[in-house]
Amino acid sequence: MFTQANETKLDELITHYPVKRSAVLPALYIAQEEHGYVTDDDVKYIAQRLDMRVNEVEEVVTFYTMYSRKPVGQYKLQVCRTLSCALLGAEKIAEHIEHKLDIGIGETTKDGKFTLMEVECLGYCDLAPCLQVNFDYHEKVTTEDVDGLIEGLK
Amino acid sequence: MTKVLTNRFHLKGRACDIDVYKETGGYQALPKALKEFQPDQVIEEVKKSALRGRGGAGFPTGMKWGFVPKESKRPKYVVCNADESEPGTGKDRDLMRYDPHQMIEGMIIAGYALGSNTSYIYIRGEYWYIKEILEKAIAQAYERGYLGKNILGSGFDHDMYVHPGAGAYICGEETALLESLEGKRGHPRLKPPFPAVVGLYGGPTVVNNVETLAVVPHIIMNGGEWYKALGTEKSGGTKLFTVSGHVNNPGNFEVPMGYPLMSLINNECGGITGGRKLKAVIPGGSSVPILNAEECEKVNMDYESVAAAGSMLGSGGVIVMDETADIFESTMNITHFYKHESCGWCTPCREGTRWLYKVFERMKRYEGRPGDVELLYDLADKILGKSFCALGDAAAMPVQSAIKKFREDFERRIKHNLVQIGKAAD
Repeated sequence: MFTQANETKLDELITHYPVKRSAVLPALYIAQEEHGYVTDDDVKYIAQRLDMRVNEVEEVVTFYTMYSRKPVGQYKLQVCRTLSCALLGAEKIAEHIEHKLDIGIGETTKDGKFTLMEVECLGYCDLAPCLQVNFDYHEKVTTEDVDGLIEGLK
Repeated sequence: MTKVLTNRFHLKGRACDIDVYKETGGYQALPKALKEFQPDQVIEEVKKSALRGRGGAGFPTGMKWGFVPKESKRPKYVVCNADESEPGTGKDRDLMRYDPHQMIEGMIIAGYALGSNTSYIYIRGEYWYIKEILEKAIAQAYERGYLGKNILGSGFDHDMYVHPGAGAYICGEETALLESLEGKRGHPRLKPPFPAVVGLYGGPTVVNNVETLAVVPHIIMNGGEWYKALGTEKSGGTKLFTVSGHVNNPGNFEVPMGYPLMSLINNECGGITGGRKLKAVIPGGSSVPILNAEECEKVNMDYESVAAAGSMLGSGGVIVMDETADIFESTMNITHFYKHESCGWCTPCREGTRWLYKVFERMKRYEGRPGDVELLYDLADKILGKSFCALGDAAAMPVQSAIKKFREDFERRIKHNLVQIGKAAD
């Protein structure tokens, strides 16, 4: 169901825990990395691999905000909206992206390239405002930084 | 000022390499502990140090370790809480990305003290690059015989794994973290039993914050008394503070416990941005009561002094707000956070945070009704002390303290008042 490399990775992960189920969060990351989001088939397959019921996997996926059950853009632009970032202009960063890409928060550009998200505290409070693009952190971002970043990814 | 935990920060990550860590004094405490200390003596030394949990609750670490039963049919676990998610806090991030071995060494020593052969680092999913740094460091520790079977010929075995969270603040609560590590939703567990007795997979488990565990090698090398003497009588040692918001030089700073808040702001952080006036400080991460400028002038940064000032030291996330800040807005921002992060398990927190936010929303539009400020306060009161875990209190305390100290910022959001003072709504 996953690529051979990822199957091997999952096999290894399972050995980290006395119960297979503990590997569900890492397994969901693997699924998301392969398919861009967690598909119905992923949920079923992970359940089977980890001796879980399908609904047990489903309830985990929907609890944690870093998994998506729907397709999202290739690049998730995640603007931190929590206090330290908000004090230093996070809202302007989000608005700037909205105008630049002509999408609202939670929306994806037509070409499927970018999804704009507002997220809660990313742990970069002293380096605010912070923008995370997929897993990459960008600190003390300005609107000019955002322009450069987006152009670079287009 | 003596620095304990940040001595390798200037290497900007080079200490991630085990050789650099060793050249700068690393992996000396572990052999020393294994050779010279009985497990109980390690716990005694930690008790002497007056080290208290650096994640937020401030529980004495040695006492927590002392609760773990000596004999257990089920395996015991050490879990490092690296889920750092408290708004205003980014210190564990730097402790892990600049000096991962320091914490790993502390964890292995903790494992030895508690008779545990397995540990997990539960790290927030967003810190993926730090997860990779930790995995590399752990692999190096295995290669050099600091992890695995028969560590340094002592007969002590220990395995260590990194486990990613996936975006849930609640998983920083230790029992929710354990549920999450077991592959479930992060709902907190009823206590007692406490994790020290019944924790991960039903086994005795110690959950400690990154900073707490990073201190352990230093206590072994220099003694508990030495560490304690760096701080105050009841709050031993040094502490990392993340200072963010309206300061010229935000960042992570290690200072002795009991260091004055204003010195932290004026010396370490170069003062308030633009030379403006200080309005308020949230001293210990977003969940603690806010301090006004007058209170800030007097407070020292240790558990007792901050508590005496009516707030909490918490995680050490210091959020500074100058005179341009609107405390209504900042409190609304925090309320949004807790509404979003409430796990939904218990009613007072799940419903209460939503109701709070609804009132905030209409006040934001300057459409507050007479009595809304009291309503906010009362709603917070209906959450405070009535929720399953501390998240409820974390949502309620900022609201109540902000209303008490900055009531005018709330009152001007009441429509009726606006008409009276003749200000146009924005």
